[in-house]
Order: sequence, then structure tokens, then C-alpha cells
Amino acid sequence: MVNPSWEIVIGLETHAQLSTVSKMFSGSSTAFGAAPNTQASAVDIALPGVLPVANRGAVERAIRFGLAVNGGSSDNINRRSVFARKNYFYPDLPKGYQISQLDLPIVKGGGVTILSPTRGEITVKLTRAHLEEDAGKSLHEDFQGMSGIDLNRAGTPLLEIVSEPDMRSAGEAVAYAKALHGLVTWIGICDGNMQEGSFRCDANVSVRRPGGPLGTRREIKNLNSFRFLQQAIEYEARWQIETIEDGGTVKQATVLFDPDTGETRSMRSKEDAHDYRYFPDPDLLPLVVSDAWIDEIKSTMPALPEMVRNKFIEFGLSRAQAEHHVSSIETAKFALSTFTETPPKEIPDLSNWISGILSAKLNADGLNFSQSKVSPEQLRFLSGKVADGTLSGNMAREVIDAVWVGEGEPDAIIEKRGLKQLSDSGEIEKIVDQVLAANAKSVEEFRAGKDKAFNALVGQVMKASKGKANPAQVNEILKRKLSQL
Amino acid sequence: MSLTLDEVHRIAVLARIEVSDEQALATQAQLNDIFALIGEMQAVDTAAVEPMSHARDLTMRLREDVVTEHDQRELFQSIAPRVDDGLYLVPKVIE
Amino acid sequence: MLNLSLKQLSDSLAAKQVSSVEMTRFFLDRIAKHNDELNAFITVDEEKTLAQAAAADARIAKGDVAPLTGIPVAHKDIFCARGWLTTCASKMLSNFIAPYDAHVISRFNDAGAVMLGKTNMDEFAMGSSNETSFYGPVKNPWDMTRVPGGSSGGSAAAVAARIAPVATATDTGGSIRQPAALTGLTGLKPTYGLVSRYGMIAFASSLDQGGVLSKSAEDAALVLNVMAGFDARDSTSIEHAPEDYTRDLRSTSADPAQPLAGLRVGVVKEHFGAGLSADVGGPVQAALEQFRKLGATLVDVSTPSAKLAVPAYYVIAPAEASSNLSRFDGARYGHRAADYRDLAEMYSKSRAEGFGSEVKRRILIGAYVLSHGYYDAYYVKAQKIRRLIANDFAAAFAQCDIVVGPTSPTVAFPLGAKASDPVQMYLNDIYTIPANLAGLPAMSIPCGFGEHGLPVGLHMVGNYFAEAQMLNIAHQYQLATDWHARAPEGV
Repeated sequence: MVNPSWEIVIGLETHAQLSTVSKMFSGSSTAFGAAPNTQASAVDIALPGVLPVANRGAVERAIRFGLAVNGGSSDNINRRSVFARKNYFYPDLPKGYQISQLDLPIVKGGGVTILSPTRGEITVKLTRAHLEEDAGKSLHEDFQGMSGIDLNRAGTPLLEIVSEPDMRSAGEAVAYAKALHGLVTWIGICDGNMQEGSFRCDANVSVRRPGGPLGTRREIKNLNSFRFLQQAIEYEARWQIETIEDGGTVKQATVLFDPDTGETRSMRSKEDAHDYRYFPDPDLLPLVVSDAWIDEIKSTMPALPEMVRNKFIEFGLSRAQAEHHVSSIETAKFALSTFTETPPKEIPDLSNWISGILSAKLNADGLNFSQSKVSPEQLRFLSGKVADGTLSGNMAREVIDAVWVGEGEPDAIIEKRGLKQLSDSGEIEKIVDQVLAANAKSVEEFRAGKDKAFNALVGQVMKASKGKANPAQVNEILKRKLSQL
Repeated sequence: MSLTLDEVHRIAVLARIEVSDEQALATQAQLNDIFALIGEMQAVDTAAVEPMSHARDLTMRLREDVVTEHDQRELFQSIAPRVDDGLYLVPKVIE
Repeated sequence: MLNLSLKQLSDSLAAKQVSSVEMTRFFLDRIAKHNDELNAFITVDEEKTLAQAAAADARIAKGDVAPLTGIPVAHKDIFCARGWLTTCASKMLSNFIAPYDAHVISRFNDAGAVMLGKTNMDEFAMGSSNETSFYGPVKNPWDMTRVPGGSSGGSAAAVAARIAPVATATDTGGSIRQPAALTGLTGLKPTYGLVSRYGMIAFASSLDQGGVLSKSAEDAALVLNVMAGFDARDSTSIEHAPEDYTRDLRSTSADPAQPLAGLRVGVVKEHFGAGLSADVGGPVQAALEQFRKLGATLVDVSTPSAKLAVPAYYVIAPAEASSNLSRFDGARYGHRAADYRDLAEMYSKSRAEGFGSEVKRRILIGAYVLSHGYYDAYYVKAQKIRRLIANDFAAAFAQCDIVVGPTSPTVAFPLGAKASDPVQMYLNDIYTIPANLAGLPAMSIPCGFGEHGLPVGLHMVGNYFAEAQMLNIAHQYQLATDWHARAPEGV
């Protein structure tokens, strides 16, 4: 871990690709994976004379975001925002400028609450979120010794979300990025697909002596997985600390993270000092959003993760469990549907199944909760069977496995497999007596104070009952018998 | 104010226009004449004036989020200097 | 057919006295005869043009006739026209076959007009003399040793020489009105946003506006009926209810001797001071007297900030241009240098070779005024001056209906006279630039002759969307005078 005499300061700039069907300023499709330049219209390839017209769907999504990070209040939405041109030459930037927002972004302020691995609950403040267009792609494989330019992505709408430098570790940065990712997908403004580049982060990293002035920051560009974000920040912070401790200085720079080496390196193309010559785009008039429109958008917003998380806590779940269930809107919907009108004592089991066995299965199959092969109704059926003692927890999990692979409805599986918990205390007592008689050594050890021996005896009882004995009853009977010996 | 030769070269690089030393000298003189003209603006106090970036104080009209464009790659690339397999070709991009 | 109005040409087509093919052939022949000397056209494509004329004849035969159906119209080479070489008079686009139609071109096509060819202009519309064209300077038909003005010099020369009945043009700081004045034509720059900029290659987006160069206000009104109209592809296009710009021209006034009775004509006193050549001032004063005779009242108005229009313009226009012209990088279309070592050289050589010196000069000015540390002192300052100028007009229009003055400080000057002195060249547009900064409609109409028998233009600026009113004022003036009907000798 990093030297404690240094403090790491991190701010993230996140690009969320907005889930519109058409581009920010043209009517081209934004669908991923088309043949090169087949979704690059006259506007996207910047033919002479073409003009941009902004997409209402993109603006609406930006407003949704603004509302979501401000507790539903709209005082962080600029009623008047301005598109500006950021001028620089690059082959994937056909106009020679990117249309973005500078002085007056559509969203200013707001915050995202996260659970820090070390500091508990903290709020990462947002500086701003602004609308802009994506660039195309430069393909560096060899095309007749040259680079190939695909402009299908050029003009895709992005929301750039800029945080304050409020994070102090790679862990916090990842927690923030995950929370943000959860939020933008929750409110349906971004598909969150990181492999396709729909959600990517730039990390501004600096180090300082605790309480000292801010250090010089370096910006790590284009981190498209949480793991890379973690690794890149850890490497970069370590590099900066070592550089300073070795008597060097950190110079402001833009760097790239190489996942193969796990190292960061300066970008050559961004080396010359940039002077972007921003100015208001004369082709685009000021964007004015009315209170009526904001209210209309507000009325279509889903309950936000924070509110839903609190609801889960009211169900009696732990903060960590609740946090899991709000990691995506699909998870939350599934959990809510599962818990609703369920006897409270069954909820802990259900919650554990959702965050445990079901999550693992969905992950393994690359699915989300809306695609779960076990339904909330089926889970509730099983929790009812556990509650009335018919099934043990293990049995219920066995049924879940079987439903998952398509063996049928839970009741049929229980029937077919003969799954029924042994709850007849007379039966269990008989088995316990047999086990105690056959395991004198364990009994001796237990009496000598070895708690482990008790667990071994429970295991023997369960084994003898072929796993069917009700574990709670086994515990109780075994304890009683041992104390009577 | 007047532009130095270095500034002429700096903006030429920013604008990606190759300028020889000789051209830079001629350009410097012309630009300085023009900036003398432009400098007349500075005589007016505009502290309380709102900048005007468009010909009229109107606000933006938005388009609906619908796909209206279709593939015209073949047509567009028929006038491109160099293409291969649907890609525009440029000298190697170094990141 | 030489001097017929568009209405007369249209009537003769409707009456089947002449076919569109015959009419078009007539003008193509004139172009073939005179263009070598005038250099008014960059591209003429007889085959394409005659095919359009034949299509127009078919329309006319079916009775599907709009006012411009079958009429040949020349288009400034700044408008993209599908399948046509569209160069903006630049080497950069000397190989650019436009793959789409500008909104303006579509409107003419829909009206059944015939595209006569693409006219010469200053490169990327940057110039006031048409000497910056990659395709060489255009000559003024009134005196072949003189400039026709710019940037729409080719359109102006073509109409003045009667080798085109009418032409489209664009105006960023005076590029329609100044050539109109220098070649004895009627030129109209509409309210910003009235004519779509889609497909009109951008020079300075917040100032550019398409318009017309014609032999009369009546012709201009007919053409504006076709050009004006909302276009969803241009965010600055205004959703203005369609108007018939000829409507006032046909109405009869209560007192035929005083058709301009009740009109308040604002005379900008600052425009008659130092800098205005006496041979221009005289005809303009005479025109004011004519307005009075026609019933108008003359009112003195002041636009004190207008003197800063040229400095502000030479910040704003180059700033926007420097960014607008960044797309010309040799990557996707247009000129790419033959030799380059790497990407940076491909850009800097393609652009150095592809752009002429005036364009480069303005790109550099623009890059400078937007660059770090200079933005507030130049760009923001110029935007504030722009506001002051717009405010001046608003105050003036509280006192009068239109503002008038000279269009250009001098008559047409000799080729080469100002080519090496950018500042002198820029000052040509001193009277026309304010209307662009304010986004107001403006016209120039012929009002007499100055030195060497060269035409003089009267400048009028109207309030927003006052095109119909301005056209009628011009029309009434043209009914009472014949300056607009004079053609250069030898035509």
C-alpha cells in the first residue's frame, strides 16, 4: 500500500455515452458495430456547408442526470447553457473542433454519495456535467502504412461528468465510478457498456503531504474498466511519490495506461501545449430549458438509488446488503418485487440469495436481474418452505440451482428429488444418540472445552440424516444431550 | 500592441499552416497593420455591455431523437484523397 | 432577352414565345462569348444545364409552373450543388464535387429554375474585389480594368454583363451589396436566418447570409420568394411565416405621385463624413432628394458605434472563419499535399498549398484573437462592440423606418490597386458591415454614376424582416428613376 505520509488526491472526468438512437448534432444512427463510416453522415464527416442541430433526447438525458445528482432538485440545471467549439486538429475530429460546453454547462454542481473503503459514507461533489460530441476512431493497424479513420462514432452524444478532487484512494475512485455507472444506467441515460466505450473515465491524480497544498496533477486518459481505473491510479500515485521522493518533480501531463505493463506513460500527441481557442459556437444558439420541461422530465424519473436503498434498510437489511441491491435498477426492481408482501422474517434469506447465489449465476452467464432464470415468485415460494421448516437453506439453494438449469417449477423439483427436511424431534434425537455413541472422542474433546468438536458432531448428525435434518433442531438437541451427559 | 515573429510562428502552428521564415516576416507586417485597425476598439468602454455572439438574441431549436440519415459512404468517399476498405487513410497517428 | 425582367422572361416562357432550352442556350452562348474576358464563371456545364432546361420545359408543358420555372439562374460557387464542382474559389476545393445540395439550391430546383453555372468569387468569400479567387480576378463589365467588388464579384459581373438574368450571392460583411454598388445592380442581403445556410460553405457563421444580385428590386423580390424559408437543418434558420415579397410591389398607393408618403428615411450623418468620395456622395444625396419627392420624410439618425464596425468585424469574422476552415485538412476531401513526412506535415502543407494568402491571413488573425490570453481583449471586446452597434440600430429604428447612406466609399477601383494593402481593402466595407453585425436586412440599389462613369450604390438597412417594405421602397425608386436599367456599354 501507499506510503501513509502521502495523501493521494483524485478527481474523475467521466464520459457517459448517452443512449439516444441518433447523434448529438446529426440524424445518424449511434448503433454500435456498423461497418466503418456507414454511420457517418455529411454532418459527421464535416462536409463543407453542413450544420449541426442538437438532439432533444440528449438534452433530456443530461437534465435527468442533473436531477438525479441533486436530490431531485433542479437548481443545478442551467436554464441557459451554451455550446462552444474546442479547436484542435486530429484525424478523428473531422471539423477540426469538438462541440462541447465550457462556461455555461447544462449541469453545475450536485453530488454522488459513496461508501469509502476507509472513510465510511462520503459525498463526492460534482463540479459540472456538460454535453459534447464524441470523436471518431483512429485504427492503428497498418493500412498501406497509414492509419485508418472510422467516423461512425464521431458525433455520438456524451455527457462529461466532472467531479471535484474529493477522492483519496484508488478504492474511493472505483467506488465513485461504480456508483456513477449504477446511476446513469439506473436513470436510463447510458447503457453502461464499458467494453464498447459507453462509460469511460479520465483520472486526475496528484499527491501531497497530508494537509499540504495540492500537488501537480497528471491526467490518465480513457480508462474503460474499474480494474484498470484501480491499477492505473495505484501505479500513477506510486510513481509520483517515488518521483518526488527521489528528488524529482511531477510535471502536468496527459498519460495513457497500458494494461499489459500496468504502467502509465505520457501521450506524445498531446505533448505540445494545447490552446483550444474555445468560443461560443456561432452555428448553435443558446440552449434554454424551461421549468415546464424540467417538471415533465422530473415526473418520469424513477425513484433514485438512495431512496430505494433506504427502503431496503427499512426492510431490515444491512447497509452492505442494501447497497448491493441498488447496484443496478434491474437488481433493485428484482429485490423490491421479491420483498414486497413477504413476511419480514423471510427477507434476510431472500436478500442473501439475491446477493449470493443469484448474483453469482447471473454474473457467470453475463446476465442482469431482469434476465434471471429464477423469478421473485419462485424465490418467495422457497423462502416460505424454509420458514415453515419444510426445506433447509441448503435444500432451497439446491432447488434454485435446479430451476436455473431448467428442471421445472420448485414444487415439482422438491417432489422429484424428495427434498424434505427432517423436523421430527424424535427421529433427530435417535440420530443424535447414535452419533454421540459412535463419536466418543469428539464428545471428550467437547467436554475438554474444544468448541470445534461441537461443529464436528453437528456435521456427523447432518451426514447421518443425509442432510435432511433441520439444523436448528439438531443444534438444540445436541446441546441439550451434551449438557445432560 | 504588435505581434512578434515567434507569435506568428506559434499561431501558424496552431492553425496548421506551414509558413516559411520569409512568409512569416511579410505576414507579421500585415497582421500588425490589421491589429492597429482592430486596436481602435479598445478606446471604447464596454464594461457594462453584454457580449453578442449571434446576429439575433434567439434560442436553440432542438431536433427529435430520430435516425434520418442513411449510409452514403460510397458517395462521400468517391471524393476522398485516400481510402481503404471504407476507412479514410491518413499518415500514422501517434498517441 | 438581354434586359428583360424575370417576370417578362417568365411570361414569355408561359406564353410559349420561347422555351427554357432556347432561353438557357441564349445565356450559355453569351457566357461562352464573354466569360473568357470577364471570368465571372468558374464552372459552366452546358449538358447539365440544358438537361435542367429541358426538364423545366416539360414542367411548363404540363402547366406545372412556378414564377422561376425555366429561368436560368447563376449560383455563387459557395453553394454546394450535387454533382457540380463546388470550389468556393479555392485550390483547397478545386477537386470537390459536392455530394449534396444546399438548401438554397434545393429551393431553386424545386421551383424549376435552371442552374446556369457556378460564379467566381473571392476565395471562401474573403475579399472585397474578387482578386483573391484561385481562379483569377473577375473584371467589372463597366470597365474591364477595374474590380467588380467582392466577394460575390462573379455573380455581380455576370448579371451586370447580362450573361445571366439573375444570380445568387452571399453577404458576410457586404459581399452582395458592395459588388451591387460597383456594378450597377440591385443587391439584397436578407435578415440573418431568413435564408438557410445549409450547404452554403461557411465563412463567418454568425454573419453569413444568402441573398440575390439582380437587375431590379422586382427581380430580387421574386428570387427571395424562392430562397427564403425555414430549414430545420440550420439551427439559426428562423421559423418565420412565409411571405410574398412581391406583394407590396403590386399594390397601388393612395397618392401615385407620392408612393413613399409617410415613410421616414433615416440618414446616417456619420456616413457622409471623411472617407466618402465626393463622386459617390453626390448621387447618394440626389437619391435622398428623390425619396423626399416620392413622399418620404428624411430624418437624421446617428449610429455612433458604427465606426468600430470594421475593427469588430475583423475580429469576429476571422475568429469564426479560423474555426470553420479547420475542416479543410486534406483528410476526407479537397486538396491533399503530394509530399508529407507525417500527419502534422500533411495538415500544414495541404493547408498552406490549398489556401490563398488572404484566407491564410484571416485564419491566422482568427487563431490569434481566440488564443489564450487574447480572447477577452479581442473576441469578447468585439462581441460587446457588436452589441453596441445593434443597439444603435434599435435606437435609429425608433425614429425611422429605414436607414440609408452610401454602399461603398468609392466607385469601382482598378484591379490591383488595393490588393497589397489589406487594411485599405477592409475599409471598403465600412458602410455595409454594421448590418451584418446586427443581423439586419440591407440592400444596395443603383443611384447614379460617379467618376469614369462608374455606378454608385445607395445603401438601405431595414428592421428585422422588413424585406418586403425595403423591396417596395427600392421598387418605387426604380419606377421613378432608370439608374437600375442602365447597362454597361458593349453589352
